[in-house]
Amino acid sequence: MDDLAQFKQTFFAECEELLGDLEGHLMALQSGEGDNNTLNAVFRAIHSIKGGAGAFGFDRLVAFAHIFETVLDLMRDGRLEPTPDSVLLVLHCADILSDLVKAAQNGTELPADHENEGRKSLIDLAATVGVNADPHAADDELAALDAQLAAGGPDALMEAAAAPEPAAAPEPAAPAKAPMLKFLVKFTPRDALYQRANEPLILIRELKELGSFLAKADAEGVPPLDQIQPEGAYIKWEFEIETDKGEQAIRDVFEFVIDDCELEVTCLNPPAAAAEAPAQPAADAAAPKPEAVTPAAPKPATPAPAAAKADPHAAGDGATAKPAAAAKPEGGAGGETKAVRSIRVDLDRVDKLVNMVGELVITHAMIAQQTEHLHADQHPELANGLAELSHHIRDLQESVMAMRAQPVKSVFARLPRLVRELAMMTNKKIRLDMSGENTEIDKTVIEQLGDPLTHMIRNSCDHGIENPDDRVAVGKPPEGVIHVSADQRGGRIVIEITDDGRGINREKVMRKAIEKKLVAPDATLSNEEIDNLIFLPGFSTADTVSNISGRGVGMDVVRQNIQSLGGRVHIQSRPGQGSSFILTLPLTLAVLDGMVLKVGIQSYILPLANIVESLRPEPDQINIVANQSELLRIRGEYVPLVYLHRIFKVPGGIDDPTKALVIIVELEDSSKMGLVVDEIIGQQQVVIKSLEENFDPIRGVGAATILGNGRVSLILDVAGIKHIAENESQQRPSPQARLAAPALQASA
Amino acid sequence: MTKRVLTVDDSKTMLQMLQFALKQGGFEVIQGENGQEGLDLLEANDIDVIITDINMPVMDGITFIKELRKKPKNKAIPVLILTTESSQSKKEEGRSAGATGWIVKPFDPGKLLEVIRKVSP
Amino acid sequence: MASAERAAGATATDHAGRSLRTVQLVSFTVGNEEYGVDIMAVREIRAWSETTPLPNTPEVVRGVINMRGAIVPIFDLRARFGMPRTEPTKYNVVIIVSVASRIVGILVDAVSDIITINEDEIRPMPNMEQVSGLGFMEGLITVGERMVGLIGLERMFSSRMLEAADSAGNKPMLAGPSESTGAAA
Repeated sequence: MDDLAQFKQTFFAECEELLGDLEGHLMALQSGEGDNNTLNAVFRAIHSIKGGAGAFGFDRLVAFAHIFETVLDLMRDGRLEPTPDSVLLVLHCADILSDLVKAAQNGTELPADHENEGRKSLIDLAATVGVNADPHAADDELAALDAQLAAGGPDALMEAAAAPEPAAAPEPAAPAKAPMLKFLVKFTPRDALYQRANEPLILIRELKELGSFLAKADAEGVPPLDQIQPEGAYIKWEFEIETDKGEQAIRDVFEFVIDDCELEVTCLNPPAAAAEAPAQPAADAAAPKPEAVTPAAPKPATPAPAAAKADPHAAGDGATAKPAAAAKPEGGAGGETKAVRSIRVDLDRVDKLVNMVGELVITHAMIAQQTEHLHADQHPELANGLAELSHHIRDLQESVMAMRAQPVKSVFARLPRLVRELAMMTNKKIRLDMSGENTEIDKTVIEQLGDPLTHMIRNSCDHGIENPDDRVAVGKPPEGVIHVSADQRGGRIVIEITDDGRGINREKVMRKAIEKKLVAPDATLSNEEIDNLIFLPGFSTADTVSNISGRGVGMDVVRQNIQSLGGRVHIQSRPGQGSSFILTLPLTLAVLDGMVLKVGIQSYILPLANIVESLRPEPDQINIVANQSELLRIRGEYVPLVYLHRIFKVPGGIDDPTKALVIIVELEDSSKMGLVVDEIIGQQQVVIKSLEENFDPIRGVGAATILGNGRVSLILDVAGIKHIAENESQQRPSPQARLAAPALQASA
Repeated sequence: MTKRVLTVDDSKTMLQMLQFALKQGGFEVIQGENGQEGLDLLEANDIDVIITDINMPVMDGITFIKELRKKPKNKAIPVLILTTESSQSKKEEGRSAGATGWIVKPFDPGKLLEVIRKVSP
Repeated sequence: MASAERAAGATATDHAGRSLRTVQLVSFTVGNEEYGVDIMAVREIRAWSETTPLPNTPEVVRGVINMRGAIVPIFDLRARFGMPRTEPTKYNVVIIVSVASRIVGILVDAVSDIITINEDEIRPMPNMEQVSGLGFMEGLITVGERMVGLIGLERMFSSRMLEAADSAGNKPMLAGPSESTGAAA
């Protein structure tokens, strides 16, 4: 069953791809940019999902996809006009389909009525042009059969395929031992048979396998040699077959040629029980078998239209009667075996390559540094060679990074649906605009971007955008707009989520923060600081519980997620006009933007993402509280000072903050800290090296890197530094110093 | 001699399942994602049997069959269409384009091999 | 004795049918003492180069160096023996060894010899030594007039090299399985 599991993986990976594309096509349709090609692509996507789902026995999925497909077929044929309403329905149904795919993938069961409404609407829509899209309708049995067969798996398929056709088969349905019967088969091929690459000799070979066999060729029709057409059919055949496999087996041999020949099958010694059943006319009986099989599944007695009530739940739900076969969730994408232009490479291999390139960058920097003293005009080849090497390495680095990069489109693709659902749930009108979907970013970042993005969108819909009435009342259009954009700016990716809603209610946020003891009651905070209180742990403005994934998760988790990716997030709000979440993310996780700091005889790297600002304070900005703790007052806020050389016990560090440099850093919990260092040497991109590969974790140090001179430099972890600072200050007799500070202290 | 089957489908799942079933049956498999690729592959390889989907981007299965049948060297190659279509019309369309037979999706691997045997020498 | 077993370069059988495993050691000096480590664990021997200190680590941890792109910690063996830290010069030597899945360096005074011995020539440590915090010593070898202490690398570098001290005052130390009191100052 390993193969089956693998097929399933491939199937779900493909579904995800198809659903992603689908979303794009549907958006195009909605905005009126779609044409017939778009409709075709939509149709194909549904069709492919249905095909695969059938193979795995996801019958509920098949049943819905079938109706969906029927309606889309009508649309692409032009029989149904894609009106705004019908496109909206299609969008809605694509969401349902996506749910069904997910349920199949996770082996979960959706509520029985999950797709009923959409299903009914589709059937109704098809009915407007006189088409019955209901697969349970009498004239459309194959889909039901497919579903039925698929539900039983391949075995059931085999059984059904081999079973004699109940209506047409003259022999008894299931005798323990089939009687040996003799048949006379008259077979006259027509020209068309040859034109479709069918071959009477193959048919004869197949017939021979059924039992004893006698063939007679009637060559009377063969014209004189000069009139023979190479593809002409001139020979008539008569076969006598004695077989216990029944008439249907004989007819099956002719399955593909039945319309290109004349075929008569007569039983020469019919058994008594079947004697009264007259042989059916060939054309009828030889119709491809599956259509003629009557599905054993009971048809729902009442199809949807009979449900007179408006309640959509009252609609017939025959399609949901059978539970979908549970699929074991499979992680990752299946290994596909395609002879195409792309190959699948283990991510580890790519990462190794990324690392190697990192080494190369460092090695190059070392060589360059060591040859600095040589005069370029004395060693022109060396200088040129180094310059060229540098160029190649940069190209190589970019190419390798590109291997890990993916367009953010894959994350953005789920947003339209999210917004639609949120709009529906909150009774708001919300339009989603997106731009920069092709901006590329590291795969790992992409993978972890989904949840935070979802939460921010949810926040914008829940708290940002107003009800249509409220909007109109303040002179805004009833439809709110959320704009999501991605952009690359200076080595980082910036994602902005902007809504045109009411903005942050600062009074309310402040009240809540004080209530939750996140802020001292007498604290004076800037507007921006108040806005960003929503990221504090324990702060959640979610008054309404929405049904979207991730309910109950606060914005603090969003910030944590983003920061764990080496990114930052903050919110900008304009009361009455809306808010923007602004996320900045590194292009890759292997490289970090850092500030090189000097402390005593040591230098360290501080991640740029942590830095708010740096300054050399004036003496009157420093307040000494309760003996020792020093607080830096900056724009009305008090920030505790932490001397890096004391924390790390580095000799020679500057002790006087007015002679040193204070770097204001921001921690994950939004608290701030003033890191006292000697000086800033410069900004640099560094390759992140694990310290823990050969050593144990060290508090205050996140990782290491290798500088151009070949020396190891440590990358600081501000949270760890804060932890050390707090532990050390606790040993001092002034524990209340921090509590007195009106900074945004969250729980330590 | 190993027989070579050209499978043409835009669904990776379907291609993979076909490949699995066909390899079990001892066939060599060549894969294309649409009719145009199918034609190109047909040009470059000796193919014994063709299995093709109908609904595909770039070039659909019906056009693919019509096109390939135009070449004398392809006239005798059996072409099976993959279909989930519930109506007879797609099969009819396929047949009139020159398809030899059809396979109804979802298919059973054993049934698939049986059908191939039914059309190939 | 896992390392010694791995080191069995050659196996011979004497008249009594006993299996005689030969072990090769790289011996080095720290002060006036001579020690040895299993040659199979030694990756390379390099001259001392300046390390990047790791903050808030014990004396024995000299810091980290860049060894072809890997960050490798260097331990001061002299400090490990409870003596003052080595004041390294360019004549000091770092022996890079692999222990478990990690690569670490040991700062010693000088490499003296490569010794080939039979396994049964390794004598167990006197009990007294273990009590005094030298639980990483695997045994003693007498080579001519010299006595060489065999260092068990696995014992010296347990998987957690640094027992990170969460509570203040409890100084981190180089971990050894048989010691609970720090040998380092």
